[in-house]
Amino acid sequence: MSEIISYRRPYFNTQPDYLYRGYRSTVKRAPTKPLVFLPHTLSEVTGPVFGYDDVRPTDSDLTRQHGGEPIGERIVVSGRLLDENSRPVPHALIELWQANAAGRYRHAVDDHDAPLDPNFAGYGRVLTDAEGRYRFVTIKPGAYPWRNHYNAWRPAHLHFSLFGLGLVQRLVTQMYFPGDPLLRYDPMYNSIADDKSRERLISTFDWETTIPDIALAFRFDVVLRGRDATPMDSTRS
Amino acid sequence: MSLLTTSSQTVGPYVKIGFTSLAVDHLAPDGVTGERVTIRGVVVDGDGKPVNDGVAETWQANAHGKYPHPEDAQDKPVERDFRGFGRILTDDKGGFRFTTIKPGRVPGPGGTLQAPHLVVTVFMRGLLKHLITRLYFPDEPANADDPVLKLVPAERRSTLIAKRSSTDKGSLEWNVILQGQEETVFFDY
Repeated sequence: MSEIISYRRPYFNTQPDYLYRGYRSTVKRAPTKPLVFLPHTLSEVTGPVFGYDDVRPTDSDLTRQHGGEPIGERIVVSGRLLDENSRPVPHALIELWQANAAGRYRHAVDDHDAPLDPNFAGYGRVLTDAEGRYRFVTIKPGAYPWRNHYNAWRPAHLHFSLFGLGLVQRLVTQMYFPGDPLLRYDPMYNSIADDKSRERLISTFDWETTIPDIALAFRFDVVLRGRDATPMDSTRS
Repeated sequence: MSLLTTSSQTVGPYVKIGFTSLAVDHLAPDGVTGERVTIRGVVVDGDGKPVNDGVAETWQANAHGKYPHPEDAQDKPVERDFRGFGRILTDDKGGFRFTTIKPGRVPGPGGTLQAPHLVVTVFMRGLLKHLITRLYFPDEPANADDPVLKLVPAERRSTLIAKRSSTDKGSLEWNVILQGQEETVFFDY
């Protein structure tokens, strides 16, 4: 049995701490005792494998899941899933969920006084292709108030959930939109200490993937943890 | 060239929109080899309040100690209908319940063998990045030599070992306690 090759640990300040007082819900939910360092064993470098049986082609178009067209600005969101070594992560499952154009989620606990849209559920999923590429069609979500502090508003965002090859590559994040004036006031966005890491959560406007006369487009590349060699490389060295 | 891993952000309060569709709380259909176990518990916060908007994802080997994954090179059988993955959403009272099979032993570092375990990833509003913990089985002699349990301070190991339920015969109880005296051990992964 060959030795396990660990994934790299995150760089200083690139990931948020569990406790961030500006985001009130962390106070009673962040661990208070020291974390125990976990070596990466076979259990951590393996992980669930998804395939084309888990996604239908219509799952990645959130504007076509109902009888009619959702209200809002149609957008294409696409990009690549890579690891830290710039290698594409192929056939990986990406899930997306979001508020509608009015800033309302189709969820029992969302009591924001904004309309639901019968033609928008706000959930999609897709499998990356052999080069790690993915593409969603959806509508641009609205901003909404969230009562974390006085007059607190979340900037418009999409929730992304991503599975890599190994369990420790698992990532859930949020994609933001360029030029959003709410970002500077948002505790979740500001929980990341490193400026560059924070800014990489902001998608870029992408003229080339627009659908002429139909939809504007944003690009969002996501990077999962990498390791110093792949298992295949190690057998050659 | 070296890129930096994208920063984590919380799943937020509406995680059920994203995680319901692929939820799995019955991991082992009929025909999959192994001892059936039902595992139940609650997730509670630092005030002892139930977490009704949490999600646990579980990952485990099959009864032979084999992961259905290209990096598991062991010469052991894969069970076609067993993916090894569970995704369980907490209910209004913070409770969760799932059924699976007890996994076999898998290799650990330096030629050791690990005790049967599930790796459990926990998501919820208020967690800017997910937590990782492990669930081990009661009355399991292999726990004494498990290379990961050995890294945990002795007085905290019991938080990772499920207990036989006194109220629900045949099922196991295991809670996720986010803060306090009985705080569950979480790993720096």
